[in-house]
Amino acid sequence: MHQFDIIVIGGGHAGVEAAAVAARMGARVALVTFDPAMIGAMSCNPAIGGLGKGHLVREVDAFDGIIARAADAGAIHYRMLNRSKGTAVQGPRVQADRKRFKAAVQSLLGQQGDLTTIAGEAAALRIEGGRVCGIDLADGTILNAGAVVLCTGTFLGGTLFRGEERLVGGRIGEASAQVLAAQLRGAGLPMARLKTGTPPRLDGRTIDWAALDEQPSDAELWTMSAMPEVRGRALPQIFCAITRTNAQSHDIIRANLHRSPLFTGAIGASGPRYCPSIEDKIHRFADRDGHQVFLEPEGLDTHLVYPNGISTSLPADVQLAMLRTMAGLERVDMAVPGYAVEYDHIDPRALRPSLELRDMPGLYCAGQINGTTGYEEAAAQGLVAGMHAAAQALGREPAQLDRANSYMAVMVDDLTLHGVTEPYRMLTARAEYRLRLRANNATTRLTPLATAIGAVGEARRAWFNRRTEDRATFEVALDAQATGAELAQAGLPVRADTGRLSLREWLRFGGVDLDGLAPWLGDLLPDDPDLASEVAEDAAYAPYLARQDGELRDLRASEALLLGDSFPYDRIPGLSNEMVERLTRARPANLAAAGRVPGITPAALAALLVHARRNAA
Amino acid sequence: MTDTIFALSSGSPPAAIAIVRVSGPGAGNALRSLTGTIPEPRRMGVARLIDGEGEEIDRALVAWFPGPGTATGEDLAEFHLHGGRAVIAALENTLGELPGLREAEPGEFTRRAFANGRIDLAEAEGLADLLAAETELQRRSAMAMAGGTFSRLVEEWRKRLLMASASLEAVLDFADEGDVSLLPPEFPQEIEALRVEIGDWLARPRAEVLREGFRVVIAGPPNLGKSTLFNELVESDAAITTPIAGTTRDVLTRPVAIDGVPFLFADTAGLHDAVDDEIEAIGIERAMEALDRADLVLWLGPEGMGPEGAWEIASQIDRNDSQPKRTARHRISAMTGAGMEDLRQDLVVAARKAMPAPGDAALNERQHRLLTRATRALADARHEADPLLAAEGLRQARMAFDSLLGRTTTEDMLDTLFGRFCIGK
Repeated sequence: MHQFDIIVIGGGHAGVEAAAVAARMGARVALVTFDPAMIGAMSCNPAIGGLGKGHLVREVDAFDGIIARAADAGAIHYRMLNRSKGTAVQGPRVQADRKRFKAAVQSLLGQQGDLTTIAGEAAALRIEGGRVCGIDLADGTILNAGAVVLCTGTFLGGTLFRGEERLVGGRIGEASAQVLAAQLRGAGLPMARLKTGTPPRLDGRTIDWAALDEQPSDAELWTMSAMPEVRGRALPQIFCAITRTNAQSHDIIRANLHRSPLFTGAIGASGPRYCPSIEDKIHRFADRDGHQVFLEPEGLDTHLVYPNGISTSLPADVQLAMLRTMAGLERVDMAVPGYAVEYDHIDPRALRPSLELRDMPGLYCAGQINGTTGYEEAAAQGLVAGMHAAAQALGREPAQLDRANSYMAVMVDDLTLHGVTEPYRMLTARAEYRLRLRANNATTRLTPLATAIGAVGEARRAWFNRRTEDRATFEVALDAQATGAELAQAGLPVRADTGRLSLREWLRFGGVDLDGLAPWLGDLLPDDPDLASEVAEDAAYAPYLARQDGELRDLRASEALLLGDSFPYDRIPGLSNEMVERLTRARPANLAAAGRVPGITPAALAALLVHARRNAA
Repeated sequence: MTDTIFALSSGSPPAAIAIVRVSGPGAGNALRSLTGTIPEPRRMGVARLIDGEGEEIDRALVAWFPGPGTATGEDLAEFHLHGGRAVIAALENTLGELPGLREAEPGEFTRRAFANGRIDLAEAEGLADLLAAETELQRRSAMAMAGGTFSRLVEEWRKRLLMASASLEAVLDFADEGDVSLLPPEFPQEIEALRVEIGDWLARPRAEVLREGFRVVIAGPPNLGKSTLFNELVESDAAITTPIAGTTRDVLTRPVAIDGVPFLFADTAGLHDAVDDEIEAIGIERAMEALDRADLVLWLGPEGMGPEGAWEIASQIDRNDSQPKRTARHRISAMTGAGMEDLRQDLVVAARKAMPAPGDAALNERQHRLLTRATRALADARHEADPLLAAEGLRQARMAFDSLLGRTTTEDMLDTLFGRFCIGK
């Protein structure tokens, strides 16, 4: 028998962050996985970040997490999406070398604290007095712990589809956790099935790169992590390329739709609307004559190329025929054909905001098992679940995350209140306060919270304190005043008769930026360009942020009104049966959360408010 | 368990008939205990209403509407009584003694209808106005709201806004996909068209004018017969009239309908400087406030000294010492009635112009405020070069629409986005 504080099942991105944060906080952690060599594997696209997703990566990094640093260590291509737009919607994205990314994850995992990796299959959960207290491994070993974090990805009841073929597993060539899935289903947890897909992998040596448009790595030396192991670039950078499907490719797909499990009805589960299979795209948007395909190399010493945009479950022969219709791919060889995966997930409305199952205390869930997609979504949930599990084990208060301070909370809130009908992906559009939730201010927003719960290592603490001092100095520098006449004199596009304003206020004017104000700032501009631009943006967005303040006050006020796990929705006069059902399923923690449950009207909220007040009195 | 509520749902007694409504799970039981039976649904029937002591309350028409397809979404019973106060009181006492029944709070029927999804928020507000409507004009405008004209319109605006938001969010969230990375060229025009359309609605007359009446304030220095004119217009002796200057010390208001048009006349303290009397000073202050809120001022004072847009009235023309006016719109004597009919007709014409036409939907103050917020947000979004700030403007406008309809939308917007664009690598 072995005793731990926390057991994490699964060595994917969720499992890694869950185990790591718990260990950083000082808990004794066991990480159980089929194959320790596969810890940190990227099962689909070898890219980290993107729009909305990049925010999550930076937030996990602000908690001193692993994913951003591993991404920098493995990055072979950097691209800041939306560079021309406000940083609130800029998406840092890197293409990573699979092998080096995985190696970095495993190496970083070794530096997190008291963390033991155990190879084996988690066969069953041990439950005592209604509380999860450990697991049985398939070899009979018993592991005990105060909490278990389940991060099994698509391995829970996973089935692979490729044309007429069917395979049981979570990832090509790997086993699937069928026993555990059966136990969870037997426990009466609300489960459902989702589908996701992956494209074929190409042999890069058979691609005619010269015929294609190149997409080079960014020249600017930004990094995913605020504290990368190497400033600048750890590895040589390579370019990606773009090709396109065409009428001929579409004809081939259309002629073979009857062989796709998506159309034969073999796959009943919903796939993501924002990442449809190529057969879906062609079926649903029949008027489009072509779709972009990004050719992304998977690493420095592999010839594999990931064609982003054509995930498919068509039979292998059709996949190859379709590929060869595209420019640059006329003679391409397919290394591994694409496939679709159908897998079990838990209805996330059964989870508390801590990601603990309401009906199975001690069991936390993170990642694809909660109906999400993406490494970044998984990593962020792993962090949330691991942090809450460790806080409980160690008798500490968890960090208070909410929709106004993090994308992580937006995601958890959406999941636990709305549930999912398709794999959930982060989008900036989901965050109503995205003007304040920028990828470049994640550390300002979250590192203090992370430090308070002991999730931040010494090096980052020191770095953050230095940064806070630099920031204060810069804030003072922005208090300096200048007149419109002086600015106009210096060639800035402002009216000379505007009068005297602080530099901070001038930053709100279109065409005035830090470069323009350089004569007034002198050497007070911080060395860290990210810090400078963050403070400048705070100044530029200040009026909009102030306008949201009223909204936030209302939000905090209704957040203070707790409803709890046992609020008697069925006894509230005036609620329709449908509303009672939705509220009972989602069990919103407070009144603000209740307002975000779909279909809940202001009148229903008023009824909840009255009842909650009456009970509190 | 939901309470069953009851209330007199027709106008103030005494009247020819009085309708008492009962809504909630105990409505059927109430019918049975009063009449001994439950009539066929949705059919009027005659019944003897018997109270708990076995005494007959009234012979009345009764109707039974089983839920949920009713106005409140609950079981509903109606008693159409002879409209005397004693009969109504007797029925209310009897109902109040039945288990689980209580008198309704103001607006509670509407609130239940709303909570049960029978009406949306805009319709509920229209209905509230309908219940407050006293004259025919008011009733018809409120019908247009409650019938959903306004909700349908806001719903349509909201759909257009969702489309615009979806285009913009696609640019923000899927910039890496060449296919949707640019805003459609017609985007600014669409936002502007929406803003202008809502602006036209905002320029329309407001519902308050209908509900509260067209505010006419009678003003001028003391002792020019303001109160006499007021009494004549409201056809009562509400205001005390004496030959002593400064008799009226507060603002006196009376609602009255002339030719079916609702008015709210206000008599004010005479306006003059150098007031020693504290009470009169307060009266003058209130008079000034009344002037600020007036839809129309009848100015009885010296020519050209009244507020802008006021009608010059030459009053007391029966008296020798009356003030002459060269450009008076009306010359009247409230004592003899001279000129009064012309004044009344002129007032009716002016009031009709300021009011929603019969059958038009009119905005109440809250709707007006929310739509104003939406147009401002749209104007911001239209002129904003930073797509992120433009999106924030559209979000604010969406929130205003949501408040009007009582709904929420980020998911709706995403549905629109995914339904419309082929997104996803």
